[in-house]
Amino acid sequence: MEYESVIGLEIHAELNTESKMFCGCGTHFGEAPNTQTCPVCLGLPGSLPVANAKAIEYVIKSGLAVGCGINLYSIFHRKNYFYPDMPKDYQISQYDQPLCINGFIDLDMNDYQTRIGITRIHLEEDTGKLIHIGGAGRIAGAKYSLVDFNRAGVPLMEIVSEPDIRTPEEAKAYAQKLRAVLITLGVSDCSMEKGSMRVDANISIRPKGSTGLGVKTELKNLNSFRSLQRALAYEIERQAKALNEGKPEEIVQETRHWDEAKGATSTLRTKEYAHDYRYFPDPDLVPMEFDIAYIDFLRSQLPELPNERKQRFIKEYGLPVHEANLLTESKAMGDFFEETAKLYKGDPKAVANWMLGDMSYYLNTEGLEIDETAVTPKHLAELLKLIDKGVISGKIAKEIFPEMFETGKLPQVIVEEKGMTQISDEAEISKIIDMVLEENTSTVEEYRAGKDKAFGFLIGQAMRLTRGRGNPQLINRLLREKLQA
Amino acid sequence: MAISEKEVKHVAWLARLGLTDAEVQKFTRQLDVILEHAGKISELNVENVPPTSHAIPLKNVLREDKVGACLTPEDALSNAPKKEDQAFVVPRIV
Ligand SMILES: [Zn+2]
Repeated sequence: MEYESVIGLEIHAELNTESKMFCGCGTHFGEAPNTQTCPVCLGLPGSLPVANAKAIEYVIKSGLAVGCGINLYSIFHRKNYFYPDMPKDYQISQYDQPLCINGFIDLDMNDYQTRIGITRIHLEEDTGKLIHIGGAGRIAGAKYSLVDFNRAGVPLMEIVSEPDIRTPEEAKAYAQKLRAVLITLGVSDCSMEKGSMRVDANISIRPKGSTGLGVKTELKNLNSFRSLQRALAYEIERQAKALNEGKPEEIVQETRHWDEAKGATSTLRTKEYAHDYRYFPDPDLVPMEFDIAYIDFLRSQLPELPNERKQRFIKEYGLPVHEANLLTESKAMGDFFEETAKLYKGDPKAVANWMLGDMSYYLNTEGLEIDETAVTPKHLAELLKLIDKGVISGKIAKEIFPEMFETGKLPQVIVEEKGMTQISDEAEISKIIDMVLEENTSTVEEYRAGKDKAFGFLIGQAMRLTRGRGNPQLINRLLREKLQA
Repeated sequence: MAISEKEVKHVAWLARLGLTDAEVQKFTRQLDVILEHAGKISELNVENVPPTSHAIPLKNVLREDKVGACLTPEDALSNAPKKEDQAFVVPRIV
């Protein structure tokens, strides 16, 4: 039986405001425990929350950037549940009147395009951080837990997609695109590592062509785009196996924990409790009402978004669609490209090729983002200029790149230190070719007898003698001249 | 009856309240009277009346995104029954 998957993502992004959502505590990451708390975010009796105007603006901007409608009237609700990371035993969130509804993100997959709907974006407060003591740090088996409320009350935006996603690759592309949009807007730093962007996935499968919905599971602990893709692929296979073996009872509506090291999901054992949140309007927070002029003003403030940037890259730099798509996948990547193209002033396609070729290879190998390396746009632009000036060949440039990547030395410096300058001196190359012709008289005979392959062999020999540093065009020309003489 | 003993037990559990059987009976009777009374509103035709989420005529009470004073960790933890490493200690969760 062939199945198709039905995937929806819930993405939480912490907003990078200076202060928390409902109080003036700071929002710095990585401070000592419980140094950013006050009566409001500790839920002490008598304290009153007041909403952060910036956070509301950020969510509306995010909604506008992904084509959402903005509710001109919106309120906060209390979501009631007992959990030690919530000092008030309720989380201030939004329920039936979220700030943004009905948006979408368009994805350029390799050989097709697709649109993923966004159901809603709402604003809420983050919870505190739990550290589990004993039981290898997992909640199950821990002896007790420690609570740090620094994060409690940090503004958090939840973006809920429609179940429009059909493959793990689409899920990854959607999350990446959304991240690029939010970073471009400057509303969140979206670090999956620091937890300022968190992705949960709902997944079910159904026979291809059917429109019904299967039983869905929710996947948690997806700490990277790679985890997201792998966990979904695993879960699809697990569910398909259960159905194929006639054991549908193995798929139950539950939360499953992704274990990156084991490469598997397993039932997340939490205390059973009904998800009976008893939402009700928070009486401490009065309604938000916006006029259209304010929304239009925010719309006019939107920066160039990744899709617009992609179109501009195609038009302005003459890049193919696929390359333009990859280079605008993250803001840092696009910035790097534009900065390099500006410094280099040569063919932007050469910049794109290097970035998507060698650069991406080393980034992937080291697991780094483009703005986390020693290589700057200046490095790449200088390297390209050295090739254009004939100081080094493209082959030597490929040898210089990893060293540049590792040490951050400018290419010119590496070339000088290692004596890698290209030999473009005609007399010197001429001498080397004479040596090659002398040592390979039989090949020369073959060439004269009409064997074209022999020419390539002789070029290779000359390159070998220059240890790769000979100017290929010059060697080619001189060799041809000498053979025809 | 507007509410059953089963519902009272459920709500008590959601609020983490331990009730004796006698209390369950007593609160069921009391809540029933309250709900009956509040239920009178359903006798009215409110089809064109939007639900009231807030009783006060205020909107957009917001604050600027500015950092203010926080408690010291000592003050923040001063009421905690148990603390460790500058954090609140809570009993095992699951
Ligand atoms: Zn606070």
